[in-house]
Amino acid sequence: MNLLAFNLPLVVLLPFVGAAFAAWASRLNRLGAAYTSGLVTLLSLALLMPSVPLPFHDQTLIQTWDWVPDLGLYFSFRLDGLALLFALLILVIGLLVIFYARYYLSAKDCMGRFFAYLLMFMGSMLGIVLSENVIQLVIFWELTSITSFLLISYWQHRKEARQGARMALAITGAGGLALLGGMILLGEMVGSYQLTHILAAGDLIRAHDWYLPALILILLGVFTKSAQFPFHFWLPHAMAAPTPVSAYLHSATMVKAGIFILARFFPALSGTIEWTLLVGGAGLITLLIGAYTALFKHDLKGLLAYSTISHLGLITLLFGFGTQLAAVAAIFHIINHATFKASLFMVAGIVDHETGTRDMRRLGGLIHYMPHTATLAMVAAAAMAGVPLLNGFLSKEMLFDQAVIASSISHWALLLPVLVTIAGLLSVAYSVRFIMDTFFGQPKSDLLHTPHEPPRFMKIPVDILVVVCLAVGILPALTVSPILETAVAGTLQAEVPDFSLAIWHGFNAPLMMSIAALIGGVALFLKRDTLFQLYQRHEHVDAKRYFQASLQGILNLAQTVTQRFDKGSLQHASAWVIAVSLAAGIVGFAGFNGSLLGETPVQSVDTLTVIVGLLGALAALMTAIWHRKRFVSLVVIGVVGLVIAIGFVKFSAPDLALTQLSVEVVTIVLLLLALYFLPQASPKEINRVRLWRDALLAGVSGIGATLLTLSVLTRDFDSISTYFLENSVPGGGGTNVVNVILVDFRGFDTLGEIVVLALAGLGIYSLLQGMTLPAPKNDLRGRLWNPDKHPLILQTLTRLLLPLMLMVAVFVFLRGHNLPGGGFIAGLIASVALIVQYLANGIDWTRTRLQIDMHWAIGLGLLIAIATGLVMMAMGYPFLTSAFRHMHWPVVGEFELASAIAFDLGVFLVVVGATVLSLVQLGRLSHSSHAGSTWKS
Amino acid sequence: MEILIAFVIGAMTASGVFLTLRGRTFPVVLGLTLLAYAVNVFLFAMGRLTVGLPAVIDPTQGGYADPLPQALVLTAIVIAFGMTAFLIVLALKARAEMGNDHVDGLHLSEDEASLKNTLPPRSQRASRKARHADQQEAGQ
Repeated sequence: MNLLAFNLPLVVLLPFVGAAFAAWASRLNRLGAAYTSGLVTLLSLALLMPSVPLPFHDQTLIQTWDWVPDLGLYFSFRLDGLALLFALLILVIGLLVIFYARYYLSAKDCMGRFFAYLLMFMGSMLGIVLSENVIQLVIFWELTSITSFLLISYWQHRKEARQGARMALAITGAGGLALLGGMILLGEMVGSYQLTHILAAGDLIRAHDWYLPALILILLGVFTKSAQFPFHFWLPHAMAAPTPVSAYLHSATMVKAGIFILARFFPALSGTIEWTLLVGGAGLITLLIGAYTALFKHDLKGLLAYSTISHLGLITLLFGFGTQLAAVAAIFHIINHATFKASLFMVAGIVDHETGTRDMRRLGGLIHYMPHTATLAMVAAAAMAGVPLLNGFLSKEMLFDQAVIASSISHWALLLPVLVTIAGLLSVAYSVRFIMDTFFGQPKSDLLHTPHEPPRFMKIPVDILVVVCLAVGILPALTVSPILETAVAGTLQAEVPDFSLAIWHGFNAPLMMSIAALIGGVALFLKRDTLFQLYQRHEHVDAKRYFQASLQGILNLAQTVTQRFDKGSLQHASAWVIAVSLAAGIVGFAGFNGSLLGETPVQSVDTLTVIVGLLGALAALMTAIWHRKRFVSLVVIGVVGLVIAIGFVKFSAPDLALTQLSVEVVTIVLLLLALYFLPQASPKEINRVRLWRDALLAGVSGIGATLLTLSVLTRDFDSISTYFLENSVPGGGGTNVVNVILVDFRGFDTLGEIVVLALAGLGIYSLLQGMTLPAPKNDLRGRLWNPDKHPLILQTLTRLLLPLMLMVAVFVFLRGHNLPGGGFIAGLIASVALIVQYLANGIDWTRTRLQIDMHWAIGLGLLIAIATGLVMMAMGYPFLTSAFRHMHWPVVGEFELASAIAFDLGVFLVVVGATVLSLVQLGRLSHSSHAGSTWKS
Repeated sequence: MEILIAFVIGAMTASGVFLTLRGRTFPVVLGLTLLAYAVNVFLFAMGRLTVGLPAVIDPTQGGYADPLPQALVLTAIVIAFGMTAFLIVLALKARAEMGNDHVDGLHLSEDEASLKNTLPPRSQRASRKARHADQQEAGQ
């Protein structure tokens, strides 16, 4: 088998499976989860390896399976340069973070949960970058929002963790919805949801009317995820997460997902003035705000969070320039930022771990205690500041270069080089502060314990990342060039422009800007005390407060609207539902131009039918009119049911007539039993307005139903039943088409229905379990209930009748496939037979003689029904296909035995089980209520 | 014939809607049962009204009643029974828990005053246990 045919989905899905394993492994061994996660990541990486050479040879690997092809939905994966770069970043940094987290988490933290979430996040992230179908991409996108929510709130007992997680979920989740909208617009414009087609249709998309809405929606997704202004405020609050999560999600991967979308759709969306203004504008503002705020954060992770926002803005700004070289710089900076920022987060975690605080005002002089860590931090921070010979310098030079080029467009653009230099200056200042305030100066004495170097292995991930920073910074052409070139080719979907990764380009404008930034940054740092005082004198916008206020506002609005309609009264709500349905019906028909009634002439009718029909209608009306006298009302509704049964006989539906008749008996018995415990009459209603309103609603509904029925019945129709009639005998082996439909053609529906019935039966059983209701001693007119609970004649007759009734049930069941009957009807008849025994002889008497637990009947019935379907599946047919063969028995004669009869047996058992269980349980209620009085008499 | 059936369906719908809007559980259950009848007959009628046609495959006969609505209605009847049973038991449960049979679980004392065999409002009862003890005393 060729691994290249299916390895990409495995790379993505493996972490999800691994998550379950990690959770399980942590029960065996505290570190089991960490090792499992590491192993799973390595395995994913190994699975990716065979495809790695392809993008380097300008090949795009696509692996597709049908999902819902009619909707343009495919289970589809893609590996090109860009996807490869991100997949490697996710897996390699993921591996380092897992390694680091194994030492970071304390004995109190649940390892299994942490690593399971982390692996699920990794899988979702891989899903985003390796998706070929854009809808599938959005699904993985939302999965990252959910898994990051779980990771941020990992320390659930902390309030700020829960709040931060909720904020991140609300904002990135909302952005995900916008992204879905954008992707759908894009797909509809192009006519395909596959990336290959979308990326090739850039000109079509940019010229389309929907371009701007699609762009805005997609950018909403990008800006929320990648913390761009004005949605940047969630990221600092997400720092409540454990530091490995911050290092992984909030610097290296998840926040880069938005950037990834910018890169992915660069060929399709970029190159317009809207793109430049929106993307470039947001990027520039974010770059400045992030860098400015970072300088004033005293928390190490807070500083890094705002610095991350600023660097994400930088990358966005580069994409906003829209030129190919700017895209190269953007991709390059993605790699660089991932390496130096992840290592800095890990350093912050180590400092926190060893000193117990991340507040720079309480830290200082740590270089004496942890020189190794301090060295690593200095190199990484220098890379962040853009010091020469480090990777950050190279990409920052490229940014300055692009800014200078862009400045020639207009007068306003002349500001660009100045602004980016200021951003660079600020970034130098906060980098210097990160190092100086933490590692230099006077050691503070109020720390919890004397800091020392962390375990050797905790530093290894940082070592590796810092070495990468140096290697890329000093020898860019040898290290990063090939993968960068491949990634750029994947991004642009075109020839890679010439770019130079040399460290020395001569004395040009970018170098001057770099020098200015470095000198200015150090100067700014030296003046920091004055600056902090200035900063503190002003009020600052607290985005969290606005976020919570607006959230509360939305909730209040929702509550107001809900309360307007839902007054906690079922009557009120039902009236609304009925009134709105009526209004919808009237509005719908008002716009209809044709005549209400059709052309088909009505059939003639005989007097007897009219009398029976009118009797039914009258009984229905009397049920409503006499509803306060409940017993009378119940008797009258029985008449309605019987008339309907007679109607089914008249209109050639014997199956229905049998069902209706037996259901009617069971229903009336049930309602009678229940009525015993309810008030025998309803109180007089004093609210006349409500009575008239309800009468009006009822009247209009009745007229509506009448007209609707008439307008359908007077029109021709075309039934799809011809198929069932033709195939019933050859395909289903039965001449009773109704039954064949139930157990064969639409067997799955029937399965669902018996499940509902089973649930209703079990639900009734548990509702009544342990319930006591006082039984009334006399009826409405004060007469005592008959003390003779089990009349002798009834007892004798029912005992005689039982075998006969059961035989009828068996007969009806067996013939059901060919003649009117079947599992439902037979089940109801058998239920009636059993219930009558309980009624006539009492529960105790019957229970000692009929030792069948009806729970078993229900369970067995469902099992038989499902097993019948599965057997056919095992034989290679669709679920619940019926097999049949002709049989010849003496006496009985020739008949067909279909496997559907086994299914019907399941139906039979469920019907009997559910019906008898409910009624007997209800009867037991009366039994227990009477126990006292029986004893007295 | 069609007019008659339409009228019967209309009558059942009207009564069903009126009862569904009542404030006590028992009439509401009856109303929903009536509505279920109306819907079943309506669905059945969608296969058109055919008098005197065979119910099973019989090559000697010319036509059949439409079997599909029949199959749908057959299960609908059984499901409607399940629903009615569940609802009425829910009503009993509500009566046991709330001490009255109003659909909102509220006790409208001015309505109840005329009836003697209903329970006193919940506020007057100390607890279910106490009530139980009372009844046992009353029984003896």
